[in-house]
Formats: sequence, structure tokens, C-alpha cells
Amino acid sequence: MLIKKGIAASLGIAIGKVHIVKEENILIEQKEISKDKIKAEIKRFKEALDKTRLDLDSIRAKVLNVLGRQHAKLIDAHHMILQDPLITKEVPKLVAARGINAEFALSEILDKAEEEFEKIDDEFFHERKHDLFDVGKKILSNLVNREKVDLKDLQDPVVIVAHNLYPSDTLHIRESNKVLGFCMDLGSKSSHTAIFAQSMGIPAVVGLSDISRQLVSGDTIIVDGEQGMVIISPTPEIIEKYKIRKEELHKQEHFFLRLKGLPATTRDGHKISLLCNVDSADDSGELANIKSEGVGLFRTEFLYMNRDSVPTEEEQVKFYSAVAKAVPHFPVTIRTADIGGDRATQLGIKGLKDERNPFMGFRGIRLFIKYPELLKTQLKAIYKSNTEGNIKIMIPMLSSVDELITVKKIAQDVRTELMEEGFAAKTEPEFGIMIEIPAAAIILDSLLGEIDFVSIGTNDLVQYTLAVDRINQYVSELYEPFHPAVLRLINLVVQTAHKKGKPVSVCGEMASDPYAIPVLVGLGVDILSVPIKMYLRSKYAVRTMNFEKFSALSQRLLGLATAAEIRRTIEEEVK
Amino acid sequence: MIKKDIKIINELGIHARPAGMIANTSARFVCDLKLIKDKMEVNAKSIMGVMTLAAGKGSVITIVAHGTDEVQALEAVSKLFRDKFDEE
Repeated sequence: MLIKKGIAASLGIAIGKVHIVKEENILIEQKEISKDKIKAEIKRFKEALDKTRLDLDSIRAKVLNVLGRQHAKLIDAHHMILQDPLITKEVPKLVAARGINAEFALSEILDKAEEEFEKIDDEFFHERKHDLFDVGKKILSNLVNREKVDLKDLQDPVVIVAHNLYPSDTLHIRESNKVLGFCMDLGSKSSHTAIFAQSMGIPAVVGLSDISRQLVSGDTIIVDGEQGMVIISPTPEIIEKYKIRKEELHKQEHFFLRLKGLPATTRDGHKISLLCNVDSADDSGELANIKSEGVGLFRTEFLYMNRDSVPTEEEQVKFYSAVAKAVPHFPVTIRTADIGGDRATQLGIKGLKDERNPFMGFRGIRLFIKYPELLKTQLKAIYKSNTEGNIKIMIPMLSSVDELITVKKIAQDVRTELMEEGFAAKTEPEFGIMIEIPAAAIILDSLLGEIDFVSIGTNDLVQYTLAVDRINQYVSELYEPFHPAVLRLINLVVQTAHKKGKPVSVCGEMASDPYAIPVLVGLGVDILSVPIKMYLRSKYAVRTMNFEKFSALSQRLLGLATAAEIRRTIEEEVK
Repeated sequence: MIKKDIKIINELGIHARPAGMIANTSARFVCDLKLIKDKMEVNAKSIMGVMTLAAGKGSVITIVAHGTDEVQALEAVSKLFRDKFDEE
């Protein structure tokens, strides 16, 4: 038995036989081709291209049949890649110039193309590299003439183990309906395959480095998508244990659904508000479906993306109203846009220079204060959308009293203008700030007079408190939400705000972490705002905790010196 | 050799389908066709090359044509941009 840790990409547990998906392009050997054989080698390559073209035609017909036109278009794109001079011209050129075999030449060209794609920041374009490799892989498998069982032809239920899976593989998996789970050498939580697995509800663990070379088809494996690990050749006892765990999870899913509409109250009767984070107006249907008690964080950045002009007041009103009307009896907390200087430049704002360190730079309310028209337009739209009287306004990245006074002054101007336009506000929206910068937490007592509520954005608060950029590979390990400094800051915010009778919410990732929830609630946090898909799970965590116990425990945690001690203490209690 | 700057005005930028249209159209001409954005230069006849430009709406691209039918080629490719790649 062997246990390997990876990244939990999709929740759930799968137990079954391994099916290895061969990755033809990882072990391509370089062979020398003598001068007199070069012509034949190039001919062999051209034949493989022809064969691939026929394969694509037959795949296209099937895809069209099974999945419809939209997906068939993907195959059309593959056809064009097949005709790309990069493949049709560069590969034969390389074969002739260096006297090497076509497989090796092709994989070198693909590697070079991959390097180009790696440089792209835009996620959409970046991910297109998989289309290229999908086609490349098909040509290679025709070159080496290996017959391979297509995933769609799977006979028995299996766990797929691969170096990496491509878009066309995932199409086949949907068709076959025989896949219990996935494991991959590569991948991250947001890779194509992970997102696919989540939407299909298939357990998956990725980032397992070399698992596809350690296993053979037919091995028994357990995919633990809850803890992000796999167990290879498990003992009968472990299998039994996991079968029970799987059954429990299954029951739990059903159980979570039963929590719809129930209050977020602890075992001993302490009630908190459990709200949702919303990223787009499309979420409004789902909000009603899970019976959410409202929106604790409406991120409005999406309105400013993929365009070259600032969204107009009318456009914004449309989106805010849609969400406010979806949950008319509950609060909808709209955060003014937290955009950075790079985005502002693309929106047509001139004179901004590239920043060395944008996270510490020109973003959030700092940018909106410099360009008050942006803030005015957004505030106007928010006021006008408040027909249900349930909207609240929240300001991101605030760090000083001066900023707060400036923003309040702008808000006052907007209200005066609206009044002059003859627009009568039904109710005045509550006004709050995000606590992301430690400075705001420390001087909160001086800010509270001007605001109605605060919301702690833990992702940024952790990053700024610990001076750790979590996407910087050299320091990302130091990103630790349970660092004593973070807990003590959260406690400071709760204590200070409660003294003035103002509520505190938490809206970062911590708010849906099953280990952090009891601690946050224990510290006295009044509101948790979580991603929609974590809503019922988070409610479960609240409803199964004991408030008295965790109030006492949280006080003890504040006295501990290390994150490890804090985590250990919580884990002992949460079990 | 002739060249021309052109701004991308279609909503989605040069994603796979427009990249394919550029590559297909370019392939009909014998002249060399290059696209340049932010100092990055790619062969307009290569769909993968064009896609690696990752050119979104609003970005400006320089088209460079060099060869016997360069005038026609430059016009044909520019027209695709102007027609917003037939985006609905």
C-alpha cells in the first residue's frame, strides 16, 4: 500500500481499478535518420497527418451526433491546427535539417509552441495550448501506430490515471459514463479537467507528479478527493474503511440538501447570518435555489472586464437590480469595484504607468478616489438599484480615516445630485468597509463613527499581515490563515466593532473552511459570506458546532504562539 | 514590404475561430504575412502563432506583408478585422 499526496480537485471518493491513459508524447526517443531515409521519414509523417485528418472527420461526425454543433466546432479548430504550417512545414524542415525522426521533431516543435503559450497571462488563451497538444498527440499516436482504447469505449467502470487529460478526452469521458474518478500527474484546482470533474461530480486528485508512470492498468486505487490524496493497492481494511466513508459522504450530500431554508444556528442556539458571495448577475437563480439569506459580498469587478470603456450607470443598474430582486427580503452587500491600474488603462484611463507591485499599489478605493467619476457612476447606480431597500455599500482596500471621509463626501455629492435629478431614495443604504489592510483593523475605533458595518476579507488580510504573495511560489507556503497574528487581528476587529454595536462579517476563503468556521463564530463574528457551492456545507459546520465551547476555545487559541499549535488544537475539537 | 496598424474591434478578440480565419485567408497568398503585437511577431498563416498573440478587444496589431501579392493580402486580412470576423 502506498499513499500519495496531491491537490484535491473535485470532492468525493472513488474506489476502483486503474485505467492508464497513455501519454504518447512524454517518452519520445530521438532517433537518427540517415540522409537517404529522410524522404521516406517525411512521407511517413505526411501519412500520419492524412490519417489524423480522417480520424478527426469521424470524431467530428460522432461529436456532432452526440454533443451538438458547439462541440463539433472544437474539432474544426483541431482541423485547422492540423493544417498549421507549424506542423505541416516546420516538422519536415526539422527532420531534414537535423536528420531526426518525425516523432521527435514534432514533439520539439510542440514544446517550443508550449513555451510561447506559457508566456500568455490571459487564462483563456493560455488554456488553448491543450487543443494544440490534443492534435499533436493524435498525430503522434498515428506515427507510432499504437492502437489505443478510446475512453468512450470503456467497458467497465474505472479510475482514469493520466499524465494530463485533454479537452477531447473529457468529451469522451462524458460519453462513456464509466469513469469513477481521475488522477493526473499535472493540473491544478482551476485546470480544465478539474473544473470538468467538479461539474460532473467525479472525484479527482491532480498534481500527483509521476503517478501515471507508477501504476499499470488493473491496479486498485482509492481516489480521496476530500483530502487530496490517492491510495495505491490499499489493504482490504482500508478499502472497507473508505467504503464506509463514501457511504457517509453520500448520505451527507443528501443531508446537506435538507439544510435548505433552515437557520444557521449553532447547537446551543447562537444564530449567525450565513450569506453568499456573488461574482456575476448569473448567480441570482442559484441564490434563490439554495434559499440563501442574502449576499454578503457582491463583487462587481466582472462589469469592468473584457471591455475598453467604463460600464455606464444604466448597465450597472441592470445587474445590481437583478441580484437585489432575486433575494428581496435579504441584504445584498455591493462592494465597489476593486480594480487595479492595469485594468483602468484598458478602460481608457490614460497616463497610468505599469506598477512594480500592483497588490501594494493602485487598486480598490485608492483608484476610485483618484478618479471620482468612476466611484460616482457606481454609487449612483447602486442608489438607483435600491428599489427593494435591501442594498448595502461596501468599500474595498480602505486604510485611513482620510480616505473614508473623502468617500463619504463623494457619496453625499451623489445623493445631492440624485435629489436634484428628482430621484427620491426609498431608504438610505447602509455603508461599510472591507478590512483587508491591517492598518484598517488597528485604527478601526477611529473609523467606526462613519460606518454601519465591517467585513473582513481574509484572503487579502492574511496576505498583507504576513507580507506573503500567495501566488509567489517561493513564499506561498508561508501563507497561513491560522497564523496567530491573523486570529488576533480578527479578534481585535470583532471586539472593537462590537463595543460600538456594529456587526462584523467575514467574506474570504476562511469563511467556508470547516476548521475556521467554529473559530470565527466563537470569536463573535456575526456574518459569514461563502461561495454559493459551499453554502450548505458551511451551514452544516455552523449547525454542528457548540458556540459556548468554541468561544472559550477561541480565547485559548489567541494565546497560542504558532499556527501549528492552533491548527492542532482546532482539529482535536472539530472531529 | 507594406504594413498597417489595425485595432481589434470585435468583442471577443482573436480567439480560436478568428485566428483560424486569419490563418486560412493568409494561406491563400504567396507573400510572407506577419502579425506584430507588443514586439511579438508571428506568422499569420499559422493558427497557433496567431493565437499566441492573445490579442483581446482594443489591442493594436501591425500587419506586415512582403511579396508579390502583398497589397491584396494586406487588404484581405485587414478586411477580416474590419468585419469583426463575422461575429454575431
